[in-house]
Amino acid sequence: MAAELMRVEDVSEVFGGLKAVSDFNFYINKGELVGLIGPNGAGKTTVFNLFTGVYQPTTGTITFNGKSIVGLKPYQITQRGIARTFQNIRLFSELSVLDNVKIAYHCHVKYGLLETVLRMGRYFQEEKEIEEESMKLLSVFKLDDKADEMAKNLPYGAQRRLEIARALAAKPKLLLLDEPAAGMNPQETKELMDMIRWIRKEFGLTVLLIEHDMNLVMGICERIYVLEYGMVIASGHPEEIKKNPEVIRAYLGGGA
Amino acid sequence: MNLLRRNDLIMLAFGIVVFAVLQGLMEEGIIGSFWKLNLMLIGINIIMSVSLNLINGYTGQFSLGHAGFMAVGAYVGVVLTTNFHVPFLGALLAGGAAAGFLGFLIGLPTLRLRGDYLAIATLGLGEIIRIVIMNIEYVGGAAGFRNIPHYTNFAWVFFIMLFTLFFIKNFVNSSHGRACIAIRENEIAAEAMGVNTTKYKIMAFTIGAAFAGIAGGLFAHNYYIISPASFTFMQSFIFLIMVVLGGLGSITGGIAGAFFVTFISAALANWPEYRMIIFALLLILLMFYRPQGLFGYVEITNMGIFRKILKRGGTA
Ligand SMILES: Nc1ncnc2c1ncn2[C@@H]1O[C@H](COP(=O)(O)OP(=O)(O)O)[C@@H](O)[C@H]1O
Ligand SMILES: [Mg+2]
Repeated sequence: MAAELMRVEDVSEVFGGLKAVSDFNFYINKGELVGLIGPNGAGKTTVFNLFTGVYQPTTGTITFNGKSIVGLKPYQITQRGIARTFQNIRLFSELSVLDNVKIAYHCHVKYGLLETVLRMGRYFQEEKEIEEESMKLLSVFKLDDKADEMAKNLPYGAQRRLEIARALAAKPKLLLLDEPAAGMNPQETKELMDMIRWIRKEFGLTVLLIEHDMNLVMGICERIYVLEYGMVIASGHPEEIKKNPEVIRAYLGGGA
Repeated sequence: MNLLRRNDLIMLAFGIVVFAVLQGLMEEGIIGSFWKLNLMLIGINIIMSVSLNLINGYTGQFSLGHAGFMAVGAYVGVVLTTNFHVPFLGALLAGGAAAGFLGFLIGLPTLRLRGDYLAIATLGLGEIIRIVIMNIEYVGGAAGFRNIPHYTNFAWVFFIMLFTLFFIKNFVNSSHGRACIAIRENEIAAEAMGVNTTKYKIMAFTIGAAFAGIAGGLFAHNYYIISPASFTFMQSFIFLIMVVLGGLGSITGGIAGAFFVTFISAALANWPEYRMIIFALLLILLMFYRPQGLFGYVEITNMGIFRKILKRGGTA
């Protein structure tokens, strides 16, 4: 039995009169690759925002690595080991590709203000390591030849990859990907999925992936949660999910 | 990474040569007393604009109260040297510390505000500082503080300016500086990448205010009398013009802006009313042709020949 990394119990999120997420129960084990699917507006992104401290749950508990993370600020949660990408890409668009990645090493830097200003002590060594590791990450995502380019000038698919590279630079235990394949063509999507599988193994990651295209998730995830109107209508292995009448209704009957 | 240290040394050597040449020209009388005064002002204004650029250009927090922090440094400095005979350097540092501390206190609540609201709040706070000083009899009130020892000379200004430039340059080319720049670029993404955005906004604001305080001390000891009228919001606005004209998020830009604005002001000393018209026209032209300012987000050390001399090893 694998060790549990995150457990979420009875989490609800209410926006005014709208219950965007209700009684959400969830767990993920170390090393798992889990999918979160559901039609548009189902509350998937809201779940990510709850996990990363962007929103605070109206009720319920979120435990990560044995400790509650409810009430922590987003940067504190990143420091605890959860990193994410955004559905609507949020790169540092006017900065170079390399700088985008370097910024994410922030919480692992040990040199202080004095060492920074006087350029002594750990400054040179750590900056060198950051530069090298960033370039390594970029080459994993086939972006190393674009290191000096401005992020906003990258093609769309490359921007999505850069966002994942940047999230990995924060050295997370749990990586949250919000529709990483959105807007990609089938070829790019396939490459991305291979890449996700590969980085999970290489970095020993746990991955939670949002996607509204069900077929895509089926091929790669070990377990799937299906969300509709903020509620989990099914969860389990891809095979079970495929056959689940509720899921078929939500996806086919709903016309989505 | 020895490359970086080498680049620092080249720039330091270059700075010393510039200093020696200017100092020589002044002693020979080739640069007269009018331009000598303006060179000192340029140096002081470079400290002001580069430190304001850390807040506005690098961290993206629109502050409009820089003259207020300058005033704090100026008044703390002159009280210490004139009334308590503290050595000049000590008075400058105390002025910087006082301004930095005030920046820290003011930053805590105001940096929750964004954009225009922050600009208005800092503008108001700068004015409050000035008006408070105006009402303190001990420092001469509106009439000003008299009998200040004339400690500031070109060497003081130049080397403190050089120190400021190195300080800010090293800061922005570090993980701390990158955190500030990330806030400017996308605050939500910065926070998601583990940047404590509140902390870094306050840090930038505090450092910026501290250097404004030191510049205030230099400014004050260049005259025999200072008055709150030197630190109005119009003055804050002039510092902002330096940053915007020269270029946001660029040390080169901060230097160029300070140089340019001080130079124009000096050249038009006899027609002060035209000054603002010219600045306004320039800003309008800039909006059309180069909204990021002359050197927005780039450094001269990353361009052409400099790049060859300094080789590449990150930004300077
Ligand atoms: N900050 C917010 N305020 C109000 N309503 C919100 C907010 N964020 C999301 N919602 C609403 O919650 C529901 C779920 O949204 P979201 O989580 O983005 O869905 P999904 O990612 O599954 O497409 C939607 O109806 C959306 O309009
Ligand atoms: Mg979404």
